[in-house]
Amino acid sequence: MLHIFCPHCGELRSEEEFHAAGQAHIPRPLDPSACTDEQWGDYLFFRDNPRGLHHELWIHAAGCRQYFNATRDTVTYEILETYPIGARPQARAQENVPQLAVTGQGEKV
Amino acid sequence: MSQRYRLPNGGRIDRSQVLDFTFNGQRYQGYQGDTLAAALLANGVDIVGRSFKYSRPRGIIAAGSEEPNAILQIGASEATQVPNVRATQQALYAGLVATSTNGWPSVNTDVMGILGKVGGKLMPPGFYYKTFMYPQSFWMTYEKYIRKAAGLGRSPLENDPDSYDYMNHHCDVLVVGAGPAGLAAALAAGRSGARVILADEQEEFGGSLLDTRETLDGQPAAEWVAKVIDELQGMPEVTLLARATVNGYHDHNFLTIHQRLTDHLGDRAPIGQVRQRMHRVRAGRVVLATGAHERPLVYGNNDVPGNMLAGAVSTYVRRYGVAPGRKLVLSTNNDHAYRVALDWHDAGLKVVAVADARHNPRGSLVEEARAKGIRILTSSAVIEARGSKHVTAARVAAIDVAAHQVTSPGEWLDCDLVATSGGYSPVVHLASHLGGKPLWRDDILGFVPGDAPQKRVCVGGVNGVFALGDALADGFEGGVRAATEAGFKAVEGVLPKVLVRPEEPTVALFQVPHDRNTARAPKQFVDQQNDVTAAAIELATREGFESVEHVKRYTALGFGTDQGKLGNINGLAIAARSLGIGIAQMGTTMFRPNYTPVTFGAVAGRHCGHLFEPVRFTALHAWHVKNGAEFEDVGQWKRPWYFPRGGEDLQAAVARECKAVRDSVGLLDASTLGKIDIQGPDAREFLNRIYTNAWTKLDVGKARYGLMCKEDGMVFDDGVTACLGDNHFLMTTTTGGAARVLQWLEIYQQTEWPELKVYFTSVTDHWATLTLSGPNSRKLLAEVTDIDLDRDAFPFMSWKEGLVGGVPARVFRISFTGELSYEVNVQANYAMGVLEQIVAAGKPYNLTPYGTETMHVLRAEKGFIIVGQDTDGSMTPDDLNMGWCVGRTKPFSWIGWRGMNREDCVRENRKQLVGLKPVDPSQWLPEGAQLVLDPKQPIPMDMVGHVTSSYASNSLGYSFAMGVVKGGLKRMGERVFSPQADGSVIEAEICASVFFDPKGERQNI
Amino acid sequence: MSAINVYPQRPETDARAESPLHHADLPSLVGKGRKNPGVTLREKKFLGHLTLRGNAHDPAFVSGVQQALGLELPVALTVVASGETSLQWMGPDEWLLIVPGGEELAAEQKLREALDGQHIQVVNVSGGQTLLELSGPRVREVLMKSTSYDVHPNNFPVGKAVGTVFAKSQLVIRRTGEDTWELLIRRSFSDYWWLWLQDACAEHGLSIAS
Repeated sequence: MLHIFCPHCGELRSEEEFHAAGQAHIPRPLDPSACTDEQWGDYLFFRDNPRGLHHELWIHAAGCRQYFNATRDTVTYEILETYPIGARPQARAQENVPQLAVTGQGEKV
Repeated sequence: MSQRYRLPNGGRIDRSQVLDFTFNGQRYQGYQGDTLAAALLANGVDIVGRSFKYSRPRGIIAAGSEEPNAILQIGASEATQVPNVRATQQALYAGLVATSTNGWPSVNTDVMGILGKVGGKLMPPGFYYKTFMYPQSFWMTYEKYIRKAAGLGRSPLENDPDSYDYMNHHCDVLVVGAGPAGLAAALAAGRSGARVILADEQEEFGGSLLDTRETLDGQPAAEWVAKVIDELQGMPEVTLLARATVNGYHDHNFLTIHQRLTDHLGDRAPIGQVRQRMHRVRAGRVVLATGAHERPLVYGNNDVPGNMLAGAVSTYVRRYGVAPGRKLVLSTNNDHAYRVALDWHDAGLKVVAVADARHNPRGSLVEEARAKGIRILTSSAVIEARGSKHVTAARVAAIDVAAHQVTSPGEWLDCDLVATSGGYSPVVHLASHLGGKPLWRDDILGFVPGDAPQKRVCVGGVNGVFALGDALADGFEGGVRAATEAGFKAVEGVLPKVLVRPEEPTVALFQVPHDRNTARAPKQFVDQQNDVTAAAIELATREGFESVEHVKRYTALGFGTDQGKLGNINGLAIAARSLGIGIAQMGTTMFRPNYTPVTFGAVAGRHCGHLFEPVRFTALHAWHVKNGAEFEDVGQWKRPWYFPRGGEDLQAAVARECKAVRDSVGLLDASTLGKIDIQGPDAREFLNRIYTNAWTKLDVGKARYGLMCKEDGMVFDDGVTACLGDNHFLMTTTTGGAARVLQWLEIYQQTEWPELKVYFTSVTDHWATLTLSGPNSRKLLAEVTDIDLDRDAFPFMSWKEGLVGGVPARVFRISFTGELSYEVNVQANYAMGVLEQIVAAGKPYNLTPYGTETMHVLRAEKGFIIVGQDTDGSMTPDDLNMGWCVGRTKPFSWIGWRGMNREDCVRENRKQLVGLKPVDPSQWLPEGAQLVLDPKQPIPMDMVGHVTSSYASNSLGYSFAMGVVKGGLKRMGERVFSPQADGSVIEAEICASVFFDPKGERQNI
Repeated sequence: MSAINVYPQRPETDARAESPLHHADLPSLVGKGRKNPGVTLREKKFLGHLTLRGNAHDPAFVSGVQQALGLELPVALTVVASGETSLQWMGPDEWLLIVPGGEELAAEQKLREALDGQHIQVVNVSGGQTLLELSGPRVREVLMKSTSYDVHPNNFPVGKAVGTVFAKSQLVIRRTGEDTWELLIRRSFSDYWWLWLQDACAEHGLSIAS
């Protein structure tokens, strides 16, 4: 069971208090209607599956009910950092820089 | 002949307390302090089971958790049966009842044993694949036969009467193992003031110190153990867990410890006590002091009872006062095992010979043995044992270790006990649970834990530090390190003085050579629990299984509860030699939790019976119970399903309840619907984005139905949201969707649109909701409220506040039945009082409570969907014929809009929700039934849709259904067919999904 | 109509009220059970519970709360109290205000007045939750059986409050005294907690206080 530092509570808590909510830093296109079906499909369904560092979105469901991001090593399960929505990760995965696949896409860090 | 193998004195047992116990129906006696294994050996019980594949008789070979054979079924009654208990780990108590789990019909005369003589042919390695796959249909037969013959234990047929629980811990330092290194580590960490947990799987703390010949500070080692335990017990932040096996090392230093609190006391836990406890520990630092297992040598017939691990023999002699034989032959490749010969000799028993694989051993223990006149044969080993049910002789021959050859014919030595030691394998299981690869060390001939990201320290035997003095020092240092890293200041300590013994190196010897080749030599067992022989491993490599994981799976080496405790390294060594590679190159298999078997009780803890899962109740539950409701589980909620009267079945009750609502007035507890209070200047904009329809123009005092889609355009929840103030809304969700929807709102607010000023708070539990529905609901409500219910003053889809039954209420005039309806919301504490006043006032109107079933029927008659029943995550609003609920001109690209405009979502011929009317009104379409256009087409038929909701009893007088049909909205009046499993076909007409009051007049009266 | 609907939800007359644990009939259990119970349970019922949301980084919010309640806005994982009124941090923009029963409307009005013009939320949640007070020498063990949160005094001093997983659901644990703790539970789960606590306290002895 992972031990996750909630950046809002300021404490390490057991994984059972959290829910994982998928890959982080996937901004909703600012104008979805301008997306082709393929672009929209990429946004909706396509996610990274790296061996190594991964930026993930989590919610502290049983605690402060806040979403935050975590950088986790998918090999060792080490969590290198957790940081609030809107902050940028310190540890960056290789080739895992948020891709601007969709034109007119908003900035979401 | 009671306890004929008990020594006249010695051992850590209380001879004044005689305990009776039963094994395989036979009564025996042992002493307080015995393990079951010790007591069996004291009574000369040779055979504790039959082997899995070959059905050979098997005896006890070890003294701890590594025991592969003495795996017994314990329990004096049906309800207290526990399978897979190692006799070496079970403390003896008065009245203990144990039976062999394998060996049928009995361990002594086993019909399988006859088969076993030719068993090698019947069950070669890979037998699962080779034999049982063909024909497949025979598998069930084989499995039954194998299970019975192999005896994997059995579950009790009755409920366990004892209670089990969890205990969650957080500590700075968890020390695993209370042998010399672990005790020293715990002492060092404990003295620093850190929160320390020391866990050990044995009955007593001390590990090898409980049976060592060595002294500490000139005193018996056990005295030092007692002193240390005393000191640790005096430390308030130190927790000592005995009989507690650390079974799993999980991510981020989370470890599970299975503690047997009362298993040593009796068949059942004493009243009020918990039998077993699962400790769930989050440790800042872990000190692994798991020690080492002695490795047996692999030689011919090494499984015949009377073959034992050398160290185990010492343990039985010194700790339990039991000598499992009279005449000992010891076969070793190391110095340390000589203590067994010395212990045996000191106990006044005959050491026939020591066979040492080394050329010229001169270590201090060796010299001590020589000095005592013990015969030592060098460059030799026991190459095979003789005996059918017990060892009668051992053949010792000269061997060439390097060439793997026997170099002399050898001699047969009469004996009844062969003890062997092939060196020591660090217990790396826990260190490897998270995937850390152990490293082979040639100097100690064993794997030690490799590097790992976990915050852990390995000390003592597991680290390859075997000498007692070194292990103590290593442990203490590890404890200091762990405490320091955890932020504590370590206190200096003085370790006890230990005699330093010069030891000669161990020579690598795993499988002992035989003068015949492995395939023709007497069976040389590597893994006795899974009946894997050296020949089987060689065969596996010859057949091309070169990876260690493949060899494991092909032969079953180290499977199941054994987890390769004794056989792993020998198996690897044999495979490596056979493949011509080194052991390091071969590597180990994965070690997985759990280290030893865990009872289901300990896994379940208190989460069983009525505590298995939370059950949620509304504030009106007691009333429902009093009024005879049958309940339905909706998520975690208990909701009244229907209220049978006078022996009614579901159908009759629902028909009556439906009629009452349509004719007069019914009452539904709708408190389980999710309710979310939404406030903020951007609340309205947020609703616009989250719902498919528009909210800009909803006035204060009004309510509106809304659909929610995911980004893919598929409906995932619905409900009515009321405008309480310009910046204030109350949203309702489906019962099952409440938590999901709140999280949905939060994720968008927090991660996508943080600029929108809006807050959400769940008020599901705060408000109780009583729905009055039916033509008389206005009249009834008027009797208990001060709200003006006039149809113009309080129109459909609006809400009012006022007193209901004297309690402030918010009343919503919305309808899920198609009838005139009011949903009365009151603060839940007052709900029961309000309900009782409504019920009293409702008598003249035949106010009828109804449950979820009637609710479903009534809404279906109106064609109202239930998300999750009529939808399945693949339906757009248009698919549901709810295009009216889509705000196509809303400026913001709201959630679902882009998705539902994908090419595939706007194509023709999607499945669309329609009504279905069976042509024969007495027939009922099963929910989920597939629909076809032509029932005479060949199978597989072209399916065009399925039934989503279907009801027989209702107010229409005929059965009806809702379902999805490809292009259904353009097929009104056409027929579809539903072929049933019994070959019959139900024909139905496609019709509009609104069956009742299509103009919606009744809810507007 | 105003922007926010503020509505008194407690009847002025003596309407019949049932707390979330009403069905357990706790008053009839008072004084029964073991002599020296390890755990004593008391339902602190019919209190006014209000959820407050707002921007803790806004000095006007901080001072407005202080002005309205006479309590300083608590920092993460703490609860501040004055008499029968307590204010607990629930999240970075969420607090739980508990006031004596009947004062919830006045409290809401005071807050709204003091925070006028700010983006806030005040929600009366009094019917949806209740406090269970657990006291006695064995409470810590019962908590350890139930939650993976660290309840050791080093980590859980008096005045701390955390939302966490408890058995198979969620609740808030508040430490109000050396041997006194409070569980903030949701109404619909109250029976589950009542059953759970009875079972978990069985080996220590459980008594009920009024």
